Amino acid sequence: MVEIATYLVFAMLSVALILALVRLIKGPMLPNRVVALELIASLVVGFIAAYSIHTGVDDFIDVAIVMALLAFMAAVGFARYLEKGGPRDD
Amino acid sequence: MTEWLLEGLTALMLLLGGGLMLIAAIGAVRLPDLPTRLHATTKAGALGAALTIAAVALHFACISVTARAAAVIVFIVLTAPVAAHLIGRAGYFVGVPLWEGTVKDELRDRYDPESHVLRSGLTKQAAESGGKQRGRDA
Repeated sequence: MVEIATYLVFAMLSVALILALVRLIKGPMLPNRVVALELIASLVVGFIAAYSIHTGVDDFIDVAIVMALLAFMAAVGFARYLEKGGPRDD
Repeated sequence: MTEWLLEGLTALMLLLGGGLMLIAAIGAVRLPDLPTRLHATTKAGALGAALTIAAVALHFACISVTARAAAVIVFIVLTAPVAAHLIGRAGYFVGVPLWEGTVKDELRDRYDPESHVLRSGLTKQAAESGGKQRGRDA
């Protein structure tokens, strides 16, 4: 049962990743792209979780921790950069 | 019986999490402007990731995995709203256009994009009533 569920989750998350990529490419401005990047990071966390169940290797959870941390730091950095100004080309 | 229940619960949480994240991605593509997209990706995305991680904790059912999974969930639930607020704030300041159907933009008259000063209605009221107070005292 869990096996089938992981396959289904892989399929759903793959579609979700493609949709997030569409938003990342379409933009229209940098904040929208940051939203898409953040969504991709949380999708990857979900993917890692499903993969960890699929393979039976529990160490992948650590990768999920790092992924969540990186996504937050990236969002904070982007927000600070946008607010403080600087050259933008979006 | 317990095995079967645990497995079913794990599968259910995985599917719920995956479905929520799919909904978040659909929202990110279909919704019209930055705040609505943030609303979709932050809420549904964070809950979806948390649910899948909880499914991992349930699947392995040992202390070390559960502790790390709990750490991830707490981290996601704590940081997702903060990150969304930061991005939304920065987007508003940068001047990302809102949806043309927006009914209420309470910051429009109160925020000065040059000096980054935000006047709240409360301080304005307080200043007015304070002025009256002083006038009455004098």
